Amino acid sequence: MMRRMHTFRSVVLLVALSLGLTACGAAGGTQTDAKKPVKLLNVSYDPTREFYVEFNEAFAKHWKEKNNQVVTIDQSHGGSGKQARSVIDGLKADVVTLALGYDIDALTGPGLIKPEWQSQFGNNSSPYTSTIVFLVRKGNPKEIKDWNDLIKPGVEVITPNPKTSGGARWNYLAAWGYALKQNGGDEAKAREFVGELFKHVPVLDSGARGATTTFVERKIGDVLLAWENEALLSLKEFGEGEFEIVTPSISILAEPPVAVVDKVVDDRGTREVAEAYLEYLYSDEGQELAGKHYFRPTNPDILAKYTDQYQALELLQIDQDFGGWNAAQEKHFNDGGVFDQIYTPGS
Amino acid sequence: MAGAITTHLSEETARRPRHINEGPVVRIVLITIALLFLGLVVLLPLASVFVEAFKRGMDVYYSAITEKDALSALRMTLLAAAVAVPLNTVFGIAAAWAITKFRFKGKNLLITLIDLPFAVSPVIAGLIFVLMFGAQGFFGPWLASHDIQIIFALPGIVLATVFVTFPFVARELIPLMEAQGVLEEEAAASLGARGWQIFWRITLPNIKWGLLYGIILCNARAMGEFGAVSVVSGHIRGQTNTLPLHVEILYNEYQFSASFAAASLLVLLAIITLLVKAFIEWKTSQRKPATEGGGLPLLENE
Repeated sequence: MMRRMHTFRSVVLLVALSLGLTACGAAGGTQTDAKKPVKLLNVSYDPTREFYVEFNEAFAKHWKEKNNQVVTIDQSHGGSGKQARSVIDGLKADVVTLALGYDIDALTGPGLIKPEWQSQFGNNSSPYTSTIVFLVRKGNPKEIKDWNDLIKPGVEVITPNPKTSGGARWNYLAAWGYALKQNGGDEAKAREFVGELFKHVPVLDSGARGATTTFVERKIGDVLLAWENEALLSLKEFGEGEFEIVTPSISILAEPPVAVVDKVVDDRGTREVAEAYLEYLYSDEGQELAGKHYFRPTNPDILAKYTDQYQALELLQIDQDFGGWNAAQEKHFNDGGVFDQIYTPGS
Repeated sequence: MAGAITTHLSEETARRPRHINEGPVVRIVLITIALLFLGLVVLLPLASVFVEAFKRGMDVYYSAITEKDALSALRMTLLAAAVAVPLNTVFGIAAAWAITKFRFKGKNLLITLIDLPFAVSPVIAGLIFVLMFGAQGFFGPWLASHDIQIIFALPGIVLATVFVTFPFVARELIPLMEAQGVLEEEAAASLGARGWQIFWRITLPNIKWGLLYGIILCNARAMGEFGAVSVVSGHIRGQTNTLPLHVEILYNEYQFSASFAAASLLVLLAIITLLVKAFIEWKTSQRKPATEGGGLPLLENE
C-alpha cells in the first residue's frame, strides 16, 4: 500500500513539474523589447498567404529604415467572409485585406470601420486586382474552353462556397455575367445556367485555398474556378506538367480591397504604422511583389512588366455590371437570395 | 469511451478449451483480416506521415519543427492541455464522487450533462464561446470595456479545449467508483478516519489507475483537438495557432513536408501518451482481479 502510494505520488509530482516547466517556457516567450517594437495584425483572405509573407518583410525593413522602429506583422488567413466575421466577433485586426468590398462593408455595421473607407486609398482601396480563370488537368481532357463547357455532362467543377468565400462570389458573378451576355440579358436563363453549374460541384470548400487543395492535392474534379493568382501559383508549385490555365471569353475584374480597422488602431495607437503599411502596398516595391505573386498591379508601369503572365480577356466590373457589391450581395448571396434558391446541397 | 477499457488480456481468457474452438482455417482467416485491417487503416497512414515528413531529408524536417511558428504552436498546444487537463481532473473527481457517493435530485441530469460534449459537434462547441464572449456576444461589451480578450486568444482556446475534454475523467471514474462500493470507506470510517483521510488513503489509491487513464485520454484529446479550437483561434500565426491548426496551415501553403513534420510531432505526442497508457494497463493487470467485485479488497491490498 505505502509503496504504491509512493509511485503514485511521484507520477503526480512529475506531471506537476512538467506543467510548471511549460508554464515557465510560455512566460519566457513574451518578453518585450526596450525599443518598443510595434505589432500589427493583418487579417486577410486565402490566396494572399505567400504574397504577404514577402511583403511584410519588405515593409518591416522599410519601416525600420525610415522610423527606426521594429514592426512585426502577424497574419491570419481564411475564407474572406469568415475572416470578416471573426473581426466582427472581436479578432483585433489592425488592417483587413479581404477578397471583396462587401466583406469590409460588413465591418462598418458594428462601427469598426468608417463607412467611407473605400476612398481612403488609391484605386478604390484596391492596390492589386485579379480575375477568375479556369485551372484544368494537363491536356484539358474534358475540352473546357469557356463557361458553357462547365455544364457539359460529366464535368465536375470545383469552387468554394459563395456564402463564406470571397473568391467564390467572384466565380459566381463571373458565371452569371457570362450567362447574361450570352442570353441577351435574360435573367431566367442566367439563373438556369448558374443553377446547372452548381449541380456540377461535388464539394463546396469554405475558402479558396481549400478548394485549390481539393482540386490539386486530392485530385477531385475536372476544372477549378480559381483566382488568376491562385491558378498561376498552382502552376508554379506543381510545375506545368500537371495543370493548364484556361482563360474564358469573359470574366470579372476582381478588386480585393484593403482597409484600416479604425476602432482597433485607435484603441491600440497603431494608426500611423497601419496606414503606412497599406500605403506601402502602392509603392513600387509593393506593386512589384504583387506582380511577382501573380496579382495584377494597379500601377500601369509595373503591370506592363508582368503582362506576359496574364491573358487578355473581357472583364466585367462589379459597379457597372452588377450595381455594386451591396446590390449583388443582397440579390445573390444573402439568405433566401438567388444562390440559396438555385443551390440545394447533395442534388 | 465509458468505463475503463482494459485491453490487457489475462491468460485465462486467451486460452479456450479445444472443443469450442474454431478450426485452424477460420482462425487464420480471422487473424489475417484483423491484422490487415489494422495495417491498412491505422499503421499505413501513420507510417506515411513519417515517410512524407522525412521525404525532403532531415534538414527540412528539423527546420520545420524548430521554426518559430511551429514552436509557438507546440507551446500553445501544451499550454492549452496543461490548463485543461488539471481542471477537468479536479472536476471529474468531484463529479464522480458526487454521483457515486451521494443521493440527490437531478443526478441523472448531471450524468447526461457530463456526456454533452461528446454529443455536440466540436464546431458548435467553438461557436458557443464566440456567441458568449465574442465582440457581438452576450458578455462582449463588458469584456471590451474592461479590455479583456477571450475569443481569438489563449483563454478562448483553453475554454474550447476544456469543453471538449470535459467528460473523459468523470466518465472513466464513475463506473469504477460505482463498482468499488462503500465497504472500504465504511471500514475506514468505523476505525475513525475523517473525510480527507478517507479520500487520500482509501478512495484515491483505489481509483488512481482509472484516474490516470482518464487523464491520459483527456490529454490526448486536448492536444489533438481541431474543430472547436479552429473556431475560436483566429488563426494568427505564431500567436493563436495550435499544432493541429499549424499542420493545416502548412498543408494549405503547399509546404507538404513541413506539414507532415508538424503532424509527426503530434503523432509522437500520441505515441508517448499510448506508451504511458500501456504502462498503466500493465500496472493495473498486476493487481488481482478480485478487487473489481468489491469483495473485501482491503485485505488483498495490504
